[in-house]
Amino acid sequence: MSTAFDKVLDARGMNCPMPLVNARKEIGTLNPGQVLKVMATDRGSVADFQGWVKVAKNVELVAQETETTDAGSLYVHYIKRTA
Amino acid sequence: MELTMEARATGESPSSELAARVMELEKRLALLEERSEDRVTIIVFSGDLDRVMAAFIIATGAAAMGQQASMFFTFWGLSVVKKQASFDGKTVLQKMMAMMSPASSQALPVSKMNYFGVGAKMLRAMMKQKNVSSLEDLIALAREMGVRMIACEMSRDVMGIKESELMPGLECGGVATFLGDALTSRASLFI
Repeated sequence: MSTAFDKVLDARGMNCPMPLVNARKEIGTLNPGQVLKVMATDRGSVADFQGWVKVAKNVELVAQETETTDAGSLYVHYIKRTA
Repeated sequence: MELTMEARATGESPSSELAARVMELEKRLALLEERSEDRVTIIVFSGDLDRVMAAFIIATGAAAMGQQASMFFTFWGLSVVKKQASFDGKTVLQKMMAMMSPASSQALPVSKMNYFGVGAKMLRAMMKQKNVSSLEDLIALAREMGVRMIACEMSRDVMGIKESELMPGLECGGVATFLGDALTSRASLFI
């Protein structure tokens, strides 16, 4: 099942805290209700994005997926801007 | 029992008494919530590359999560926000201090296995290999994200570090500047 999204952020190769920092920047360019898809190779980003939505008031985690590719695991996060 | 008697005495019903109490509690709760902001405060006391990296990762991470972040640089931590070292107009002790401490963030040692700076170079090379942002990138990022950066006035003065040696645009402050932020923070760290 694929999740709908409005914008993609390629955070592959980035390490802590850059996937989060860049996702935050990108979310700011979206309108409330829109979804950002983040592709990351940083394994820590899975828990990081869960932590982010726990404290931030304007984002919501729609879905998280892990894809196995030839180059290793790809962690995909779908974040919705709620306000 | 007391409640009903009191209510009778004032001619109010118990339910309106209860509503008044709920309102009072809500007011106090709002006050409490106001006191604790979405803020993280970090004291950077250390001038060790590894510790300082941790401080900046937390600060930029917090800013990304929508928190306000404050960093208070004191003692060895002042080396992190130095842009250059100068010897002009310093006392002998202050000159010695300037000579023995790092001239900028580029020259910070690591807390373990430094071996006269070889360890720090090694760590930087290893972090680069893993595509981890450099300390300098993180400092620039923190500033760009609006992380509040305060240089401790007292330790700056004691160590003889001039304002012209520090990065431009830093705030200067003392213990109350730190406490003002720390007391309204959800988390405070001493690094």
